[in-house]
Amino acid sequence: MTAELGHIALIMAFLMALLQAGFPLAGAHQGVPVWMAVAKPAARAQFFFLLTAFVCLEFSFIQNDFSVTYVATNSNSSLPLYYRFAAVWGAHEGSMLLWATILGLWTCAVTLFSRSLSEEMLARVLGVMGLVSIGIQLFILLTSNPFERIVPAPPEGNDLNPLLQDFGMTIHPPMLYMGYVGLSVAFSFAIAALLGGSLDSAWARWSRPWTLVAWIFLTFGIVVGSWWAYYELGWGGWWFWDPVENASFMPWLVATALIHSLAVTEKRGAFKTWTVLLAIFAFSLSLLGTFLVRSGVLTSVHAFASDPARGLFILIFLVVVVGGSLTLYALRAPTVKDNAHYTLFSKENLLLVNNILLVVAAASVLLGTLYPLLLDALGLGKISVGPPYFTAVFAPVMAPIFLLAGLAPMVPWRQGDIKALVKRLAYLFEGSLVLGIVLVVVWLDRTDFATMAGLSMALWLAGTAGLTLYSRVKLRAGFLDGLRAQSPSVYGMTLAHTGAAVFLVGVVVSNHYSQEKTVKLAPGESVELGSFAFRFQGVKDVTGPNYRAKEGSFQVVKGDRVIAELHPQKRSYTVQRNTMTEAAISPGLLRDLYVALGEPLDKGAWSVRVYYKPFMRWVWLGGLFMMAGGALSVSDRRYRLLGKRAAAPEGAGAAVAG
Amino acid sequence: MTPRQRRMVWVGSVIAGVAVAAFLGLTAFQKNLLYFYTPTQVSNGEAPKGYPFRVGGLVVQGSVKRLEGVDVKFEVTDGGATVPVTYSGILPDLFREGQGIISIGQMNDQGLFVASEVLAKHDENYMPPEVGDALKKSGQMPVNYKDFQK
Repeated sequence: MTAELGHIALIMAFLMALLQAGFPLAGAHQGVPVWMAVAKPAARAQFFFLLTAFVCLEFSFIQNDFSVTYVATNSNSSLPLYYRFAAVWGAHEGSMLLWATILGLWTCAVTLFSRSLSEEMLARVLGVMGLVSIGIQLFILLTSNPFERIVPAPPEGNDLNPLLQDFGMTIHPPMLYMGYVGLSVAFSFAIAALLGGSLDSAWARWSRPWTLVAWIFLTFGIVVGSWWAYYELGWGGWWFWDPVENASFMPWLVATALIHSLAVTEKRGAFKTWTVLLAIFAFSLSLLGTFLVRSGVLTSVHAFASDPARGLFILIFLVVVVGGSLTLYALRAPTVKDNAHYTLFSKENLLLVNNILLVVAAASVLLGTLYPLLLDALGLGKISVGPPYFTAVFAPVMAPIFLLAGLAPMVPWRQGDIKALVKRLAYLFEGSLVLGIVLVVVWLDRTDFATMAGLSMALWLAGTAGLTLYSRVKLRAGFLDGLRAQSPSVYGMTLAHTGAAVFLVGVVVSNHYSQEKTVKLAPGESVELGSFAFRFQGVKDVTGPNYRAKEGSFQVVKGDRVIAELHPQKRSYTVQRNTMTEAAISPGLLRDLYVALGEPLDKGAWSVRVYYKPFMRWVWLGGLFMMAGGALSVSDRRYRLLGKRAAAPEGAGAAVAG
Repeated sequence: MTPRQRRMVWVGSVIAGVAVAAFLGLTAFQKNLLYFYTPTQVSNGEAPKGYPFRVGGLVVQGSVKRLEGVDVKFEVTDGGATVPVTYSGILPDLFREGQGIISIGQMNDQGLFVASEVLAKHDENYMPPEVGDALKKSGQMPVNYKDFQK
């Protein structure tokens, strides 16, 4: 019964999406206020029905209703309740429903926080979001219905993939989807502005906080995903350039470009068309990412072909979204005039260069991700593009981005004075360069060029972020006065750029100074790694709710002191008969110690993998800093104040000719 | 800056960016593409010498031998030919005899494939698509892999 209710709710939501898209868009076009007024109630009703459908699926999982195919393939009665809750998004169908529900949530949020928007603009934004909803829900209803029944119902379910039975599963996908789908708001604002011909800075001001919030969620989703892969996969890596990871990284890169470009459009009225293009790209890549990950296209091109309906739908939907919005862009963008004036050396241009570099970085990831698929589809051989490709292409593109990200905040809008700037920054530049090299040589005791460059760059980025803040504060008489006078978005930028520096330190140090050993250890034996000794004390049997495990016991000794007790496990899950490695980690701000059990060898000995990973936490810490910076910027009061002012008729003055 | 100059900067930076990216991309591609070969192709001598590639197939029953320390030796087959593989390290959790795997490495002079990485996916019914194709080509597709291509 629950499943049927969910199915009906989903169909109702689809009908609401039709209303939400049809009447408001037509109304905005024809200027019929009554039609436009449909947008808000339809959007809220749509969210209500989507939520109902989602709760129904949750309920089926919690009740162990194995007559529902999706529940039967992804759950089991011995699966703990909290994993059954998260198992809803454990596979394709449920993920799609989660995606649709989150889109409903964002749409509903737009209806709530849109008092400053003009009637017409709101109708168009909600209308475009309705169009996206229609596409996604049609996809779910036609090809990926999670409520399908199975006859006869199996007595027991096939269980959730053990890899997904983890805390990371409860938060990673919803956060990532909040980010992916949140970019649809920026997309809808852009399309609505193109449709209405009001591509002005008011549009950018509305769009900015939404884009920032989506970017924060996306960052969080990626950070959690990386942390999860680190402790769950047992290889000690935090990023594998796996196609699935790339799928989330590409929209992030473009969204990062977008939040900077929006800033220029809002403050200076420049890059209007470029910003719109970025909004279209960011959301298109989100869509691509969602489909690539969940449809199985990435593990195998053949899986794509084996469900022709699903593959074809995805392809058509992508073509419609990307093609449709680019066509609209091509028709409307040429009439937009940038009325800002700026010189070659100005904040505008530096931001533009960084924007382009970020897009180039995203394009290089896209190439590495899609090329093997393309080649295979054309029958030209089976290849894989490994991490070396990405490191080789990515690092050189990112290096100037970090350099310019340090420079741009120091350069004024319109026109910068190169000579004065060189004079001010020379010491900082040389200082970070020298300090980076000295740190590596003295403290890390190695002569590695990449690490020196990375550390210098991080110092430069953090230094310029601090200097920017300081030079703004100094404009006031008192230091505290100066601190108080700065807007949250200034602090946000400082924090986010410092976060990028922290991240960079984590990346270079953990990459170049990690140590690992794979050895055979009998109980009582120990292995030395750097200044640490890992003493193996044997294994014992433990039993979990749906698995049995061998649990190893290790003491980590430094000098004469035991600094950590680690208990890695080798689990074997009873239903899927899968084996899983649960690594044990002793985390620290300056180093992680990491132990994973391999296989049992002869006479109680095990193969064991141990890692020493310096500054590992800085990678995720940097991500958290960036998020906090984004959150500070969103909290800036001027979005609300200026939003209200912009709602006045003359604020929405058309910058688009004709 | 006049609109014309601005456009030139724009176009110039885009072209420069694309050129640099294309150059880096192509060089990196050349060096880092890993081609897949079936055991049959390897035994026919089609696989490159002194250059890494991927080989995949089913792990031959009874072929897994533990050597010194964490060294291990096993054979991979596509039904037609078998390739002996050595690996030093911890095999993935789902590595089993009869299971489809992919390994990355190089052939040495003795005709032994020295693997630097062995991959088995986290799903017992998953068959690496390359391996599935190779088995189908040689008519050795096992029946229990019904879920392959789901």
